[in-house]
Amino acid sequence: MNSVKLHYDVPGDDFTRAGEASGCVKKMLKEIGFEPDIIRNVSIAMYEAEINMVIHAGGGRADVEITPDYIEVILSDDGPGIKDVELAMQEGYSTAPDNVRSLGFGAGMGLPNIKKYSDEMKIDTEINVGTTITLRFYLH
Amino acid sequence: MTVRELAERLDYTILTEGRGLENEVTGCYCGDLLSWVMAKAQSGDVWLTVMGNVNSIAVAMLTDCACIVLTELAPLDTDARLKAESHGITILTTHKNSCEGAVEICSFLKNEP
Repeated sequence: MNSVKLHYDVPGDDFTRAGEASGCVKKMLKEIGFEPDIIRNVSIAMYEAEINMVIHAGGGRADVEITPDYIEVILSDDGPGIKDVELAMQEGYSTAPDNVRSLGFGAGMGLPNIKKYSDEMKIDTEINVGTTITLRFYLH
Repeated sequence: MTVRELAERLDYTILTEGRGLENEVTGCYCGDLLSWVMAKAQSGDVWLTVMGNVNSIAVAMLTDCACIVLTELAPLDTDARLKAESHGITILTTHKNSCEGAVEICSFLKNEP
């Protein structure tokens, strides 16, 4: 299998469209015939990251590369950056506003879930510049 | 037990038929914090929640849960209904709360032949 590259724009402040990118990727992985576990891991990690971009960064971009050995997902935004990554990685810590909490988010599980579901997770963040999260899911 | 059988036996109202009525129910999960549900709910679970917004539909799709049950007759938003219909997600509703629903669903599953 050659590698497949996909690009999605994640709209900001639009919860109705959040999840479109991860939904498309899930569908494609299913069609290619990946194992259910890897499909679940990739799509849940990606959805959490999409939601984070909608809540905190006014949207962003998602790039997915599917290779014979791994799936890589790069999520980048031009948002405010993460002040304290270590704190943000703690389950239960959240800076989400109340209106987001009333939708069922803001439990402080986003980044921990992304880490849990990916094999490798790298966060590059700069205050007032943006955040890029690189995720790898190994297939073997 | 399928979702259709569950709805009939427990007298749950079908809000959206979707493609899930013939899904086999293998478990049950209660929760309203979506990230928590995403991390814990399993494929084949009936998901009991009061969150009837559009994000719940995305979570149901991602977790492959058998169906959503909106407990305590929690409202289903219009855009959530539209998204559920377009993606084939089955949604039921009941006046019971999530705890009561979970108890009766698990009891049915336990007593299945």
